[in-house]
Amino acid sequence: MLQTNLTHLTSEEKFNQTLKENENVMVCCGRMGPMCIPVYEAMEELESTYKNVKFADMEFDSQTGNLIRSLPETKNFNGLPFTVYFKNGKVVKATSSIQSMDQITNILDSNFGK
Amino acid sequence: MIENHYDVIVIGAGPAGLTAGIYLARGKMKTLILNEGAVGGQTVLTHEIANYPGIEKISGFQLARNMKSQAVSFGCTIKSNINITKLSVNGDVKSVEVNGKDIFTSDSIILATGGKSRSLNVPGENEFKGKGISYCATCDGDFFQDKNIIVVGGGNSALEEAVSLTKYASSVTIVHQFDHFQAFPHAVEEAKNNPKIRFLMESKIIEFSGNEKLERVKIGNQITKEINEQAIDGVFILIGYEPNTQKLEGIVALNKRNEIIVDEHLQTSIPGVYAAGDSITKRYRQITTAVADGTIAALNSIEYINKKRANMAA
Repeated sequence: MLQTNLTHLTSEEKFNQTLKENENVMVCCGRMGPMCIPVYEAMEELESTYKNVKFADMEFDSQTGNLIRSLPETKNFNGLPFTVYFKNGKVVKATSSIQSMDQITNILDSNFGK
Repeated sequence: MIENHYDVIVIGAGPAGLTAGIYLARGKMKTLILNEGAVGGQTVLTHEIANYPGIEKISGFQLARNMKSQAVSFGCTIKSNINITKLSVNGDVKSVEVNGKDIFTSDSIILATGGKSRSLNVPGENEFKGKGISYCATCDGDFFQDKNIIVVGGGNSALEEAVSLTKYASSVTIVHQFDHFQAFPHAVEEAKNNPKIRFLMESKIIEFSGNEKLERVKIGNQITKEINEQAIDGVFILIGYEPNTQKLEGIVALNKRNEIIVDEHLQTSIPGVYAAGDSITKRYRQITTAVADGTIAALNSIEYINKKRANMAA
């Protein structure tokens, strides 16, 4: 399990349930590596500000990780982490590799509103 | 205003900044650590640290997390992933504006802004980051199983990672701008002895291109000025680090490599402003040297504040 304070999506059932119960979801699928940790940390910081967004992580190498790895939106990605933004269960944005706080908040603001 | 005044503001939360925070807080200084990125700085770039005395093996992430909780446990306030929008260091009261709205003031400042991976700054680099261009071989190497890749650089990291990437890639081309390597001889020898590695010396990548992912690079020869375009699956850019001092230009004295100039007490060109870690002028950049810098800067900062207060009381 990833060592973060985010909600861990450890099964397909939990993933589907999270998308069903939350209008806006940001999922960071990665490892405890140097490009992933800054994204998890940014998400942990943003949780208290963006109450309208569910922040979750997923282990890249797990079976559940395949749910993100196999999305058409991530097919050309080859830099960890794969971060995917869902609105009403549909992908609205996906990024590959490390992202800054500014990049993340820009995506959240433009897709989910403040 | 009052609640936002601290004895010392530390800018940066890598090993230097966190160590400074630990010493300041234990010295009863009200301390704020402001950090623009993730806590731990470049420490989290290291998967395993085996040369930190007293700890046989630890991940960079875990070491940074330990340092952070230690600093917090002694009373430091840490704000990370913020954006410093203004810094005023002249005069007795220093001030830092955060995110264009919050202002924090202090009697002393410690700059521990660290470093960041150097980029090539050529067309296409931003566009294909994570889609063929990577700065972390251990993170992304396994995406390039049986692929043809390039490693850019000539230092230890570039050569060692090039060898490591041959576990996955079918071929690795090292592109280096000079006719010789900066890496240690044993690293060069190991790369030269690897049958999957070839070398393109005195050459630079001048452009990345592709559709939805990186597909081609243009490489220019530095001597002949000839430009060749070739198909490629991935490029790892490992050309070292540069100090995070862009926001300090015109605020404290920097040398021509943009490192902060400090004296033996780690004071910058401005009284009461100290600096520590990878952003200062020095030869060896290690976690151990960063924590030493953080200690020295913190103790001198405490002394500066105590002297100032004693003078005011006299």
